[in-house]
Amino acid sequence: MSLVLDALSVRVAGGAALFAPLSLTIGPGEVSTVMGPSGVGKSTLLDAIAGHLAPAFTLSGGVTLDGRDILALPAEARRVGLVFQDAVLFPHLSVGDNLAFGLAARVKGRAARRAAVEAALARAGLAGLHDRDPASLSGGQRARAALMRSLLAEPAALLLDEPFSKLDASLRDEIRAFTFAHIRARAIPALMVTHDPADAEAAGGPVIGLTPQ
Amino acid sequence: MRVAPEGRGLRALVLAALAFGLIGPIAAGLWATARAGFGVMPVIGATEASLAPWSALFALPGLATSLKVTAFTGIVSTLLSLILALALTAALQPRLTGGRAARLLAPFLAIPHAALAIGLAFVLTPSGWIARLLAPILGLDRPPDIALVGDPWGIALILGLMLKEVPFLMLVSLAGLTQIPLAQHLAAGRSLGYGRAAVWLKLIVPQLWPLIRLPVMVVLAYALSTVEMGLILGPSNPPVLAVLLTRLFFAPDTALLLPASAGALLQGGLVAAAFALLWLTERALAMAGRFWLCRGGRGHGLDPILPLARGLGMIAAALGALAMLALLTWSFAWRWPWPAALPESWSLRAWTGAAPGLARALGLTLALALATTALSLALAVAWLEGEDRARSPRAPWAEALIYLPLLVPQIGFLYGLNVLFLRLGLSGGLAAVIWAQALFVFPYVMITLSDPWRALDPRLARAAASLGAGPWRRLFTVKLPVLIAPILTAAAIGVAVSVAQYLPTLFMGAGRIATLTTEAVTLSSGSDRRVTGAYATLQTALPLAAYAAAFLVPALLHRDRRALRGGGA
Repeated sequence: MSLVLDALSVRVAGGAALFAPLSLTIGPGEVSTVMGPSGVGKSTLLDAIAGHLAPAFTLSGGVTLDGRDILALPAEARRVGLVFQDAVLFPHLSVGDNLAFGLAARVKGRAARRAAVEAALARAGLAGLHDRDPASLSGGQRARAALMRSLLAEPAALLLDEPFSKLDASLRDEIRAFTFAHIRARAIPALMVTHDPADAEAAGGPVIGLTPQ
Repeated sequence: MRVAPEGRGLRALVLAALAFGLIGPIAAGLWATARAGFGVMPVIGATEASLAPWSALFALPGLATSLKVTAFTGIVSTLLSLILALALTAALQPRLTGGRAARLLAPFLAIPHAALAIGLAFVLTPSGWIARLLAPILGLDRPPDIALVGDPWGIALILGLMLKEVPFLMLVSLAGLTQIPLAQHLAAGRSLGYGRAAVWLKLIVPQLWPLIRLPVMVVLAYALSTVEMGLILGPSNPPVLAVLLTRLFFAPDTALLLPASAGALLQGGLVAAAFALLWLTERALAMAGRFWLCRGGRGHGLDPILPLARGLGMIAAALGALAMLALLTWSFAWRWPWPAALPESWSLRAWTGAAPGLARALGLTLALALATTALSLALAVAWLEGEDRARSPRAPWAEALIYLPLLVPQIGFLYGLNVLFLRLGLSGGLAAVIWAQALFVFPYVMITLSDPWRALDPRLARAAASLGAGPWRRLFTVKLPVLIAPILTAAAIGVAVSVAQYLPTLFMGAGRIATLTTEAVTLSSGSDRRVTGAYATLQTALPLAAYAAAFLVPALLHRDRRALRGGGA
């Protein structure tokens, strides 16, 4: 299980490449960190890997996940999970339903699905919050719920887009530890983009600086 | 010391204008209609309250069929329009942003309902364009003997309504989407393994629905009570309810006014019942939807919907364009025997022959459009400025109030109102028509202008204030000039809505005010397609010109001001 980027680069149609071509191999349970100045295209890099690139961008190079070339696949078939800066919980669903929405369709039957969601909530320290409005959660609770939702979809790799930058400093260590522990437990490769050197240090993996072209 | 909110006088003025100009008359019109529906109409000497109008109404031949076809066309056209509009928005959304969508949809929004219906009839009838094009292939030597327009099921009517309502629903959906973190939710849903169509259906539409519910209700109310489209495209015997009632209202026998009024109440009840059905469906879907969402099905099978919607959208756009082209071609045609695809000889005779009538109707239509739009724009600016000065957001009741004239069927209160005006000696004048049209122009102007007005950077007015500019100077020298593009867009929509009005002009003008629209609708039942084509072409050209001006004027005025060159709504 590994995520391999091979000379990946992104350009605005008709323009120059955003950053120098990036080659990188991330092994199972490993968290690689990409750092760089604002506007260099860190989020665009994640969009390219996950399959959310806007039509105005073109992409060159290759991305393979567990040996499959994923660039030709639509976003939903890539099995690449995304964790956002501000959680992006769906406001029309309860906390538990947000997780159920992520839970793989393989788990069948209402009772079994409910049990899987409750177990995930408990693991995230959110037991008893199944029917709560996501808007009523604290920042740390939202971050944990969002990570759980991503993991329940059984991704083969995880991308983290400045996942801790909106959290209070006091919460950050706790959520970092929680996130990285889950990634290691699942043994999936993860790629994180961040501004914060402390994030990179906590991740423990290789750190790549993204430089403008 | 408590500081009194600014702009009290302005808000009192707006409130008075709304109470006496909008709510009061609608309520009075409904009241007069209700009284007439139960037998009391002193103008024609009916003073005894009774249920006789209702028994007369239900004794009309074909009433049950008429009700059925009205409900069918109204509900089916709204449902299909909503589905197609949402699917098209989902399919086109990555490429439809801001000004581009407005420019693409504007021509379809500008075309008056009546002109579209006439053009569509020219295309669809057995002797129309489609049959002419198919004739050589199918080996037809005369027009096929099937009812393609005015069919008993109202299919042609449904098609015509959809051509007008799909662009409108797309526009309000795109406006609603700007209030949802769309890109993030699309990415989040798809990274969880959901297909594009499934993400839209399960994540985006449930969030969008509360934002487009009122516009959908407007579409539903219109589809259930349209007169001009029902007249031109709907079944003729029995016609849809609103057409049946208009015939009764204008029948020479004044005794028929009583059952007609009862029918107007029935029309109101029909719309209310449809709203109740919508509400029940919404509740049921919300409950069923939760289980469906939590089952975790990734819905990859749904994705073919998107290219299908794109294909249907293209066909609809082509049909609309063909309808417009048919109007223009007929107005210049002279000899055009069946099954030739194009006229054998061309002529200006339709235009020159009808020139005096055309010119009169054009002048009147233009005057009405300018007057109603100016009136509505002034009221809308006063309302929005009043909100700004009070520094309070709009109350939900005020939002509902704006939509009120669009949700109550026109036929339910317009005739009652006309009766009141007759008593006051105001009927049949230009003023009455201006006022009646403004009732329907104002909501659209207000809705269009509200979002850009609120999006205006509040620091501009504050900066002006700190430089010593009072509230009026801030309004006229800062806010209005900066907002010129959206104001002109709202004005163009106002012109389009005013030009399209049929029933208010007919009822409040007592049949004496002949606009392009009333003339085109009247002519459409006759045989001369050339003259009808000329009226309908001119009727379409007027709002199109208004839209073009709304795009061009700000572009010219602000050619050196990059921040203001947004390009309309």
